[in-house]
Amino acid sequence: MNCEEAEVLVHALIDGELDAGHAREVEAHIEGCAHCAALMKEYQEIRQAIAESDVRYKAPLELRRKIEKALPQPQAAPSRRSVLRGFAMGSAVSAMAATGLVAIVLRNDDEQRIENEVVSAHLRSLQAGHLIDVVSTDQHTVKPWFNGKLDVSPPVIDLTAQGFTLIGGRLDYVNAREIGAVVYKRRQHVINLFVAQTASTDRKSAKISTLQGFNIRRWSDRGLNYWAVSDLGADELTEFGDKFEGAMRANKEG
Amino acid sequence: MVVKASQDDPEKARRFREAALPYLDDAYTLARYLLRDAADAEDAVQECYLRAYKHFDSYRGPAMKPWLFAILRNVCRAEYARRKTAPTAVEELPEGGDQTPLWNEAPETPEKQLLRRFDGDTVRKLVAALAEPFRETFVLREIQNLSYREIADVAAVPVGTVMSRLARARAMLRSAWLAEQEQVK
Repeated sequence: MNCEEAEVLVHALIDGELDAGHAREVEAHIEGCAHCAALMKEYQEIRQAIAESDVRYKAPLELRRKIEKALPQPQAAPSRRSVLRGFAMGSAVSAMAATGLVAIVLRNDDEQRIENEVVSAHLRSLQAGHLIDVVSTDQHTVKPWFNGKLDVSPPVIDLTAQGFTLIGGRLDYVNAREIGAVVYKRRQHVINLFVAQTASTDRKSAKISTLQGFNIRRWSDRGLNYWAVSDLGADELTEFGDKFEGAMRANKEG
Repeated sequence: MVVKASQDDPEKARRFREAALPYLDDAYTLARYLLRDAADAEDAVQECYLRAYKHFDSYRGPAMKPWLFAILRNVCRAEYARRKTAPTAVEELPEGGDQTPLWNEAPETPEKQLLRRFDGDTVRKLVAALAEPFRETFVLREIQNLSYREIADVAAVPVGTVMSRLARARAMLRSAWLAEQEQVK
């Protein structure tokens, strides 16, 4: 193999696209050719430098919003009334039983889907440069940043003293809606706390689930749904949620 | 330019959201490099998603990302055609342009010292300055992590062409990198 051929094939070698036979040939050439060996090293360095630099762009929220708006909106769970109408031919009793069942099935389905989306949003946020829109460890900076961007801004609580450092906030998209994400860190682990408004003001106590290797702690309180997502262990994520809820109660009383 | 998604099918929309929206940043990144303009990139990605949604019924694979990219690339090419003012950004090299010898691109002797690291802005600038079709090939490989086969499908060229374009792109980037290094010394 001559240098001319090697200078093309070396790229396929770097990219792991060569079959074993060709790979051996290129490697043999490089072993005996200082010029090509040095070139390959430079290409690898440039490649490494690019992989480690922030060369990606984040889609503007406005773009996401426009695309979301152009798509048909997700189907709302049928109202009790419309389901009842569907069962009008049956007896009232079986209709009631059936609606209960339908409502439960829909709700679980919905929750599963939203949990999926929350994990996707968490994964997206971990890409370089995507985690935080407003960088601050100060709750009095993060909280007002959300105002005007969302109908309801999420509560922002400093939990540094409890071992969870507030590092900022972000707008995200879950369930075809813009929601707030408050970002915390414990050691090197990121916790995204997603907060969305809900029509129900019932308090729902926390549930822990695991999806794609991430833990999710989900709860509802005073008209807000919360999802805390992290690669932290379930015990530490539970601790985070307990501290957060504790601080919320303290705020309310104080 | 914008087609309104008309089929009012929430189930289809839900599946589409789950499959395609996670790649929004990737698509936007590609569009930024192809068009080198933030507003045009935004328009192109929006158009791409609406077209993709329209054709989503006939989507049978392969992977979602290259499928979206192929659509996005066509949208961007339409945008190239519309822009007549920036010829360097728009046209592919004439026939045979791929065959320009590589060894003219880079200094004969590779540098002895380590290559300098640049900040993200400088690296973006260097990549964005690559000529087409090398920039497209390079971005699909190095920033989007597509395989040669996937790049070939997106760009509608043989794998051999992908290989030679990529070799040329890296050689050009290396020259530009060294020149930049010289400048800031």
